[in-house]
Formats: sequence, structure tokens, C-alpha cells
Amino acid sequence: MDFFDYLKNGFVLLDGATGTVLQSRGLAAGELPEEWNLARPREVEDIHREYLDAGADVVYANTFGANCLKFGERTEEVVAAGVRIAKRAAAGRKNKFVALDVGPTGKLLKPLGDLAFEDAVKIFSRTISAGVAAGADLIAVETMSDVYELKAALVAARECGGGLPVVATCVFDEGGKTLTGASPEAVVAIAEGLGACAVGVNCSLGPGLMLPVLRRMAECASVPVVAKPNAGLPEERGGATVYGLDEARFAEECGPLLDAGVRVLGGCCGTTPAYIAQLKRLMQKKVPAPVTDKNLTCAASYTHAVYFGGAPVIIGERINPTGKKRLKQAITEGDIAYILSEAVKQAEAGAHVLDVNVGLPGIDERAVLGAAVCEIQAVTDLPLQIDTSDVGAMESAMRIYNGKPLVNSVNGKREVMDAVFPLVKKYGGAVIALTLDENGIPATAEGRAEIAKRIIAAAAEYGIAKKDLIFDTLAMAVSADGGAPAAALDSLRYIRHTMGANTSLGVSNVSFGLPNRDFINGTFFAMALEDGLSAAIINPLSQEMIKTYKSFCALRGADKNCLGYIAYAQNVTAQSVTANAPAADAEAGGSGLKYYVVKGLKAEAERAARELLESASPLEVINSHIVPALDEVGERFEKKTLFLPQLLMSAEAASGAFEAVKSAFSGGGNAKKVKVVIATVKGDIHDIGKNIVKTLLENYGFKVYDLGRDVPARAVADKAKQTGAEVVGLSALMTTTVASMKETIELLRAECPDCRIMVGGAVLNAEYAASIGADRYAKDAMASVRYCEEIERMLYGK
Amino acid sequence: MKVISGKITRPDKRETLRYLGYAGVKNAQGMEELLAECEALILPQLAPKAVYEAYPLSRGADGRLDLGFASVQSVSLCRNLQGCNDIVLFAATVGAGTDRLIAKYNRVSPARAVVLQAMGAAAVEQWCDDVNARIVAEYGPARPRFSCGYGDLPLALQREIFPALQVTKNIGVTLTEGDLMIPTKSVTAIVGIKQRD
Repeated sequence: MDFFDYLKNGFVLLDGATGTVLQSRGLAAGELPEEWNLARPREVEDIHREYLDAGADVVYANTFGANCLKFGERTEEVVAAGVRIAKRAAAGRKNKFVALDVGPTGKLLKPLGDLAFEDAVKIFSRTISAGVAAGADLIAVETMSDVYELKAALVAARECGGGLPVVATCVFDEGGKTLTGASPEAVVAIAEGLGACAVGVNCSLGPGLMLPVLRRMAECASVPVVAKPNAGLPEERGGATVYGLDEARFAEECGPLLDAGVRVLGGCCGTTPAYIAQLKRLMQKKVPAPVTDKNLTCAASYTHAVYFGGAPVIIGERINPTGKKRLKQAITEGDIAYILSEAVKQAEAGAHVLDVNVGLPGIDERAVLGAAVCEIQAVTDLPLQIDTSDVGAMESAMRIYNGKPLVNSVNGKREVMDAVFPLVKKYGGAVIALTLDENGIPATAEGRAEIAKRIIAAAAEYGIAKKDLIFDTLAMAVSADGGAPAAALDSLRYIRHTMGANTSLGVSNVSFGLPNRDFINGTFFAMALEDGLSAAIINPLSQEMIKTYKSFCALRGADKNCLGYIAYAQNVTAQSVTANAPAADAEAGGSGLKYYVVKGLKAEAERAARELLESASPLEVINSHIVPALDEVGERFEKKTLFLPQLLMSAEAASGAFEAVKSAFSGGGNAKKVKVVIATVKGDIHDIGKNIVKTLLENYGFKVYDLGRDVPARAVADKAKQTGAEVVGLSALMTTTVASMKETIELLRAECPDCRIMVGGAVLNAEYAASIGADRYAKDAMASVRYCEEIERMLYGK
Repeated sequence: MKVISGKITRPDKRETLRYLGYAGVKNAQGMEELLAECEALILPQLAPKAVYEAYPLSRGADGRLDLGFASVQSVSLCRNLQGCNDIVLFAATVGAGTDRLIAKYNRVSPARAVVLQAMGAAAVEQWCDDVNARIVAEYGPARPRFSCGYGDLPLALQREIFPALQVTKNIGVTLTEGDLMIPTKSVTAIVGIKQRD
């Protein structure tokens, strides 16, 4: 019997700790446990044998930390030895399984940490390939505290795991979250999507404290739930670390886990074969809870899951360049800040999921979409809907996305299904399915429902369940065809209520060609909601739409005690009152664009700029209002009568005003000619100073190419060459990273001799900067602006 | 070895302002609102955790210090640990949420980012004071805590601190190739316990 079948039979008993048992047998502090696979294989084999004798069905090979970060070229040898030892221990016993144990890398993934996602996949792939070759029966990915790293391991298992079953467990704290903030539901959604055959919790907590998380997992998981708790919490007794629960109490606390639906149980730190023997006895007294398909449709971010089919889900449509001039410009110019501000605004307005579409002719969509997904995930924890018709771009975005993505879209065309479904299967997404095919969009509801049925059948061929499909029955312009809304809504109702699948609509399409489109949109939205719309792709910044949504939820019982409605509606009143009231600042003796920029009032500055633009030219607005304000603030900063946060508040207000100029006139952009490449040097992760410099330089009209932090010398030189930048700015905060600053300067001198180099950072001073070959030491952000102005004057006159 | 978690109810405003360059400034005009806003943002993200363990301290003939988990050559640490026969090593963090928040505001509002950065730094120092106080309560009067990078104590010592306390597993802090900690609002330190007589 293979492990898949065995898992279906009933309870599965895992082994207990390896690490803490090895310590009790003499493993020294700081010694890598996996070394014993080569140095003392007998000892390791004895431990496995004792667990099997105690009744364990599965033993985890001693490969938890056997990755190439720790073992380099010896990785394969150490992994293979570990698996073979476990196999020797299990030889001759029936229905006993050896798991390749895959633990975390010990690194945090980018963007928070310094390990790139693809590098993490490579590290795991190496361990997994070696374990599969050595004959492991299953792969146990465990002790993950970051779902992004979990995803990297599961992707590696998909690609190199030879089809072996994968069991995935994460570490949770008492608050019910992983260390990087993921909920149990998010972990289940991601792990199931990426093909784990069982999912759960291990380490960190004792059985009792794990119970709430396991209950939540059992509620939403369609695969068996796993628990591998510690023997309670560690305590210090007489100078030694011991765990709080003995085997009897451990088993006692594990009883409720089995009652809550756990089917796969073992022990982690502090447990021994005696604990496992107790669990064996416990399992004989219990009946395994059945594993049922919870039939949940969901998307997840790195923190939480969003479910479809309950309260309607709002998918923010604003990050899609179709018909949006300003966004088109932002995408073409690589102006990520604008895209991010759209993401944040929609999240604040109450969107549950954000659509991300950067499809424009002439751009490298694969690169741009991937980068946009990463950047947007840095500013919001909402799940994303990856929206593209470019299959290559779809794959790279689904891969890099941190969570379980929603994909927009597939449709009834065979060619499209054959391209998209394999990706949905591999990366574990949910997908919007448009009810159209080779013959176009059927005019009737029946025609659309037919296509939906065909899509369900085709998805099944790829192993994708109906629950991972969300059908869009296509809202078309009512102005062109009066019957279009009815066709969309009738098929929507049928698919939702008769076929039992989830639905979505791009609501705004219905009003195309009509004035005051929001009026029609709002009513159509209400009709669709009543007919069973699961997800609406709308503009969450539209009051009409949100108003309809909040009212619908209150009226349809999806908003207990109308609390959501009240919170929203109260706010609306408050806002409209302030909007009508005279600006409070006018009374305090100030108004006008310059005043708002000096005071750092962004919204006011943006509004004032917009008003000014009605009578003044963009250049006038910039030169007679924004620039003088910035100069005043800059001087006060230099004189220390005003400080960094205020300087930045003004900078933000100025960029708000610039944004108004930009959206009024395209190409009102950079007033200066000097281009600047900036980076925090290799080895250093402190980027706050560099970011401040970037903000101010942009404010003063310089074009800035920001390479981020921990940037190799080679990347800086290449960018400087490619852009022809006149100035390169380098930042380092640590004495240890000044060396890599020097190295970067040397490379720049060799390859970009015309380029000027300014440096900054806490450990530098003017002499030190000169000694490593920099042209200028900038003591603060204003000093870097002054230097660039100097270069501008020198090279390009005023 | 002890793993603990704690709570910070208010990040120290004076420390935050000091990090922001307001040292000695009487009236941080216009900052109240921004500080209040950032405090509301950061509080739900603070997840203080720490791990610590005591080690015996001995001094080698060649001037090296044997810290119990590692041996190191450092004049500054030697001076700090004068009169101590024991040390407590600790690692503390306020978690990844603060880093994520700072990363977000780096992109959408640099002014908030610098304030959050300063507030996060103040918060982790507060948490260290708290951990330090627990250590004193448990082991007795101590010398001021001492971290890698102070004086001549090499940053590379982090590579021995991390496995000794199982820092990554216990509190979720990782080490970069350049021996910096992520989440960034984290601290490791050696606390010399004064010899009793």
C-alpha cells in the first residue's frame, strides 16, 4: 500500500522528535544533527527503530536541516544517508513509511529577507531530488514559519518530488498565526493548492495550545489534518531544558486533537518513543473523523484567505490600464509609485481582492507583471487577481505571488484552457472562467451555461475541481443591446443556484457608452448581487458601488446588526460635511499651494494644484509655487529649525501636487536633465536613508533609478552605463559594508569614468568618503540634492 | 533556555523623536498628529519575542574570552565584563510585522516610513530593557548589555549566537550573509552578571 492509500484508511501515527533525542544521546550544542547520518548512523537507526517499535507508521529521516546552505557539496550524501538509514530501520515491516524531512532554510525570503524565491526553490529542489533518489516514500515539509518559504518548498516538491505524497506543517504561535502573520486558513489554502496531501501544525506549542489552530484547519481543509506538537513548553530545570508534559499528560492533551478532526498525529521537540507508544494507545480508543471536501472557493495572500460564496467579494478593478490614461503612462514609465497608490486606495476603500493588469503593447509583460505583483504585495496584504492573457506572464506572476492566486482568466476556447489549466493546477490557483468560446459570446443564457459546463468538464481533465472555477457571465453594454444584462444575469443565476458554482462580473462594462455610468452600474450591481453574484470586479473608490454593496449586505443578512453599514454610512456623512466646510487652515492664517506644501498637507496641496492649473500653466505651478515651497522647507531643514519627518511630509505634499500636474498634462515630468542611479550597497539592508534621498531628488525634478538594497557592484555599474546617469548615489550604514561601497566605486571608475559618485550613511564622513574614492560625501538628503543641482548647473547650465 | 513573549503598550515617544533628530528640541511642532497616526499603525504589528540563556564566563591566558557558547577576542567586551563570572546571552525582536509596515510606507509615504522606523527602533530597545530587567531579576545585578558591533566585538560573532540560542527557530529572526538580522528590529546582546561577594 502506498502512503496515499494508507492515509485514506484511518489514523496515521508519525514519529516523535529526532533533534532532542539526539541531544540526549550526546549531540553537542552547535553540532549539526545530520552529521550523525555519516558519523554515527547506528545511533540514528536505533532511534527510528524505537519509534517503529512504539507503533509509528511513519519515521522522518534525519534530514531536517540537510540543505546546501549548511552542507554545500555534501548535501546529496547527507540526505541519501539519512533516508537510507530510515529505510534500513523500516525494512521488513509492513505499511511503514519513510519521510524525507524538509525543514526551513533558516533564511527569510525577499522582500523582507535576503533569499530570493527562486534560490529557495533551488535549495529545496536539491534536497528533495536527493531524497527521492534515495527512495523516500513521502516528503514532509515541516516547521515552516513563513508561507512564502512553504510555497518554495512545495513548488520544489512539485518539480522534483517524483509525484511522492507531500505532508506540509507550519509553526504557529499562541495567537494563531505563523511568525510572518499567516492564518491557518491561508496555510491550508496555499498548501492544498500546491498539492499537499495533508496539512497541519508542528513544533513550538504543546497539544493543548495547538487545538484552536487545528480546529480552524479542520473546518476548512479538504485533506487530512496533521499535528506534531511539542511535549509542552520548554522549561529550565537544574540548568537543563526540559519540556513540560510527560508522556501520559501529552497523550491526554492529544485526545481533543483527534476529536477535533486531526488524523495524522506525532510528536515534535521533547517527545520520545514512549510518547509515541502512548499516542498509539490513544488512537486505538478513538474513531477517525472523516475527511470531507469542504468545497470552498478561495484565494489567499500571505496573511489570510478570502472565500467566495458567502458575503460577496469586491475585486478592485483600478489597476488595469484599459481606458485609464494616467495608469498607462505610469506603466510605460515604470512609475511604480502611482500603481502602489492605486492599490493602497482601493484597499482602504474596502476591496477584498485587487485585480492586477499591466497589459500594454510594447512592454515586457512577463517582467512588469511579476514586478508589479511583488511591489503590490509589499504595500497590501489583500489577495491579488493576476489578470493577463499572456500565458508566460501569468506563469511567472503565479509563481512569484506569495499566496494562493486568483487568475483572470480562462474561457471555453480549447487552446486557452490547455494553456491556463496546467498553470492553475501547478501553482494552486482559483480561476475566473469567461463564458465564451471559439464562437464568441452566446447571446442567450442557455448558451453561456452550456459553455460553463464544458469548462467544468475540461478543468476536471486537468484535476481542477469546480470549486476552483468562478464563472464570469459577461456583462455587456446595455446601450448596444438591451437584452445583454438579462442574458448575463439569467446565466449567472443558473450557474450559481442550479450548477452550484461561484460567479463574477466585470460590472462596469454594462454602462459603456452612457453618461453618468455609476448610476447604471450601481443598480446593475444590486441586481447581480440579488441574483447570486459571488464576486464583483468594480471600482471600490466609487461611492455608488460601495453604497450599493454595503446596503445589500445589510439587507441580505450578510452584515450582522448592520454594523458594517453603520460604520460606512456614518463616515460618508462626516466626509461630505468636511468637504463643504471652508478649509480650516484659511482661518489659521494660511492657504494656497505653497502653504500646503510647506505644512506637508498632501490632499490640500493636490487640490490647490488642481485649482491653480485651471488658470496657470504647469510650469508656472511648479516654478512659482511648488519649488519655492520646497526651497523654504529645505533651507529650514539645513538650519535645523525643521526636521526630517516634516521635510518628508512637505516632499509628499509636493509629490501630490506634481501628481495633479501630471494627470492634467502628460509629460509634465522631469524638469532636470541629470539622471541619478541610487542603491544601498551589497551586504547592507538599511535602505531608509537611500529612500529619503530618492524622494527628495524626485521632488526636485531629477530622474532617479532606484536599485534597492543589498545591490551588487555589477548591477550598479550596469545600470549607470545603461541609463547614462551623470550621478551615482551609494549608501552604507555599517562599517562592514563600506568595503563593498569601495568595491562598487572602483568598478564604476573603471567602467563609467564620467560618472560622479556621492556617498552617504551613518559610518561615513567627508575624509572617509574621499579615501574610498567618492566625489562627494552627502551628510544628509538635502546635501545630495544640492550636489545634484551643482552637477546640473555645471553640465547643463541653469 | 527560555523563550518569552511580551507586550509593548506604547512606544517611547521621546526615544522616537530622538532617533528622528529632535534631540534637545523642545517643541516638536506639527509632529503630534503624525506620531499618533504611526503609533496606531505600529501597535498591532508589535510582537515582542525573546530567547535567553546563561553561560559561565572564563578568561584565557591569551586574552581571549570564553563565553560558554563561543570564544572571542575583544578588548571592549573584556572591559564590559570586568568583575563577571557569568553572562546571559539574549536575542530579542519585535517581529516581522514592523518591517513589513516600514516596507509599505517606504513605498507610499516616506515621512511615515521614517517615523515608523524610529518608533520600531524605540520599541525594540524598550523590549530589550524589559528582557534585561527579567534577566536581572533572575540572575542578579548586571553590567550594561553589550552587542556585536559595539567597540571591537565582531559582527561575525552573530554566527555563533544564532545556533546557540536557536534564534531562528525560537523567535523567527534570521541572519543575512553580511551577518545582519532580519526582521531588522531585532537585537542580540551579552549581559554580564556581576560577581556577588
